[in-house]
Amino acid sequence: MDSFSLLLDGFVSALTLTNLFYAALGVLLGTAVGVLPGIGPAMTVALLLPVTYNVAPSSALIMFAGIYYGGMYGGSTTSILLNTPGESSSVITALEGNKMAKGGRAAQALATAAIGSFVAGSIGTALLVFLAPPVADLVVELGAPSYFALMLFALLAVTAVLGRSRLRGFIALFLGLAIGLVGTQTGQPRLTFGNPLLADGIDIVVVAVAIFAVGEALWVAAHLRRRPLEVIPVGVPWMSRSDWRRSWKPWLRGTALGFPFGALPAGGAEMPTLLSYIGERKLTKHPEEFGRGAIEGVAGPEAANNASAAGTLVPLLAIGLPTTATAAVILAAMQGYGIQPGPALFDNEPDLVWTLLASLFIANALLLALNLPMAPLWAKLLRTPRPYLYAGILFFASLGAYSVNFQWFDLLLLLAFGLLGLLMRRFGIPVLPLIIGVILGPALEYQLAQALAISDGDISTLWSEPVAVLVYVVILAAGLVLGVRSLRHARGPAASDDQSDREQVSS
Amino acid sequence: MSTPTDRQARRTDNAQYGFAALLAVVGGYVLYDASTLHPGFADQPVQPNAFPYVIGTALLVLAALLAVATARGDLPHAEEGEDVDLNVRSDWRTVGLLIGVFTLNLALIDWLGWAITGALLFAGAAWVLGNRRIVLNLLIGVGLSVGTWYGFYVGLGVPIPAGILDGVL
Repeated sequence: MDSFSLLLDGFVSALTLTNLFYAALGVLLGTAVGVLPGIGPAMTVALLLPVTYNVAPSSALIMFAGIYYGGMYGGSTTSILLNTPGESSSVITALEGNKMAKGGRAAQALATAAIGSFVAGSIGTALLVFLAPPVADLVVELGAPSYFALMLFALLAVTAVLGRSRLRGFIALFLGLAIGLVGTQTGQPRLTFGNPLLADGIDIVVVAVAIFAVGEALWVAAHLRRRPLEVIPVGVPWMSRSDWRRSWKPWLRGTALGFPFGALPAGGAEMPTLLSYIGERKLTKHPEEFGRGAIEGVAGPEAANNASAAGTLVPLLAIGLPTTATAAVILAAMQGYGIQPGPALFDNEPDLVWTLLASLFIANALLLALNLPMAPLWAKLLRTPRPYLYAGILFFASLGAYSVNFQWFDLLLLLAFGLLGLLMRRFGIPVLPLIIGVILGPALEYQLAQALAISDGDISTLWSEPVAVLVYVVILAAGLVLGVRSLRHARGPAASDDQSDREQVSS
Repeated sequence: MSTPTDRQARRTDNAQYGFAALLAVVGGYVLYDASTLHPGFADQPVQPNAFPYVIGTALLVLAALLAVATARGDLPHAEEGEDVDLNVRSDWRTVGLLIGVFTLNLALIDWLGWAITGALLFAGAAWVLGNRRIVLNLLIGVGLSVGTWYGFYVGLGVPIPAGILDGVL
C-alpha cells in the first residue's frame, strides 16, 4: 500500500525532537485545559490557537493533534470525577463513570477510559489513514456544483439532525451565515458599518474564542455554583484482570460505532456514545451493576467518543468539511496558515498531511503514557478555585484575540460575540451550526460563483454532476422523513410532553 | 432529559420575545445593507446582494417563528455545565460587572499596554467572581500578564505592544 510508505515518511518527520516536543506539549496542554471544568476540546483548541501562530505549520498541526486528543481525554476525566459533564459527548461516560468513582473504583474508570481512548484512537487513526486518501481522490474529481451540494448538505445536516430544537438550530445557522457575510470578498463591503477593520471579515478565531470562552465565562458567572462540587480523590489508574476482560469488547464495539458516525457530516459523538451505552447494557453479563457503576458503561462510550473524533478528521482532511465544533476550529487554524484542507491537500502538502497523521498516532501513545501516571495531578486541577479559572479564561481569551492584530477593536468584537454566546446559552441556541455557518457560508457563496462562472450563469449546472444530484436527493429524502415525523407528532394525541412540543413549533 | 428548572409547563419565557426581536433587527439590517449594494461586475454570476437577501429574509422568518413558538409555550433549554447551577436565580449583576472589567481592558489597552491591563483584567474578574484577596490577585495578574508578554515576545516572536511601559519591559 502506497499510503503505508508515505505514513512511514510521516513518522520520520514527526519523530524529530522538535516535533515530539510539540506533540508532548499539545497533549499536556490539551489534557490540562480539557480537564478544567467548563472547557471542552473546541474551546481548548480555540484558546490555544494564538500560541501556535508563530510556530512552523507542521509543528503547529502536530500540537493541535495533541490538543484535540488531549482535550477529549481530559473531558472524560472531568465527567468521571465530577458528576456534571460539560460536554454533550461525555454525558454518557458520566452515567456509569461517576458511579464507579463514588463506589471507590475511580482508578479503574479512569484506566478503562484512558486505555479505551488509546485503542479507539489508534484504530480510528488507522482507518483515517486508509480512508482519507481514497476519499480525497474521489472528491478531487468533483466540480464546484458537487462541492456546493456537499457544503449545503453539511450545513443542513449539522443544523437539523443534532440538537434538541430544529428551530434554534436554524437560528444559529443563519446568525453564523450573517456573520460570514461581513467583509469585502465580493468586491463590495458588506455589513462592515463603514469600518475598514471589518473589510477582511471577522476573524473566525475571534468568533470562536468569543462564543466558546467568553460566552461560557459570562454564562457561568450568571449561574455560578456557590458550593463547589465534590471531587472524588483518585490514585494512579489501574485495572484488574477481570476489568480488562470486561473492557476489551466494549472498546472495540465502541470504536466500530464511533468512527462511522464521526465520519458522516451529521456525526458528532452524542449518537454513538448513547448507542454504545445502550448496546453494552444489553450485552453485559453484569446487568445488575448498570446504574451502580459498570465498567462496560465507561469503556464503550469512551471508545466511541474517541473513535468519532478520529472519524471527523476524514471529512475535514479529505473534503475540507468540518462537522464538529472542534473540527471547525482546526479548519480555521489551518486556514490561518494558508493551508486549505480538502482533496488537493494530499497532493499539495503531502509532507504536512502525513506528518500530521503520524503525529496523531504519537499523540495517542503519549496520552496514554502521560495520563495514567499523571491522573492524580489532573484530578487536582479540578479543584482550581472558580474565580481564578474564569478570570483566567477571560484573560487568555483577551490575549488570544488581541495577539492576532494588536487592535483593541478585536477585543470589542470579542465582547460583542461573547454577549451573543451568553444569549445563545440562555436561550438554548446550539453553538455548532453558528460556527459551521461562519466558516462554510463564504465557501458556499464562492463555490456557487465558481459553478455559475463556468456555466456562464446557467443555473442547471448545479445539478449537472451525478454526485450533486445524489446529495440533493439525500437532502430531499431526509427533509421529507423529518417533515413527516414532525407532522405525525403534531397530530399525535399525547403530544404534550415538551419534546414533541418543540418538534411541532420547529417543523 | 429532565428540565433542571422547576418552571411550569405552560409558562411562557417572555425574554425570548426579546431574542426574537434581536434576530429581527439583525435580519432587517442584513436586508437593508443588501439593498445598498451596487450590482455586481459583469463577471460576477452571483450578485453580491443575493446571499444577504436570502440570509436576511431567513432571519426575519426565524424571528417570527421563534415569537410564535414562545407564545405557544415553548421554553428554551438553557445550557448546563460543571459550574452552572440553573436552580439559582440568574446573577446579572456579576455579569454586568464582568463586562465592565472587560470594557476597561479594551479601553485602556492601547494606552497602558497588555502587561498592565491584562493584570487588571485578571484581578478584576477574580474579584467580581468572588475572590476578595486583592493584593494576591493583582500579583498573580501581573505575573500572568508580564509572563505572557515575555512569552509571546521572546518565545513566539509575537511583539505585543508594550503601551506605556515601552522601554521598561
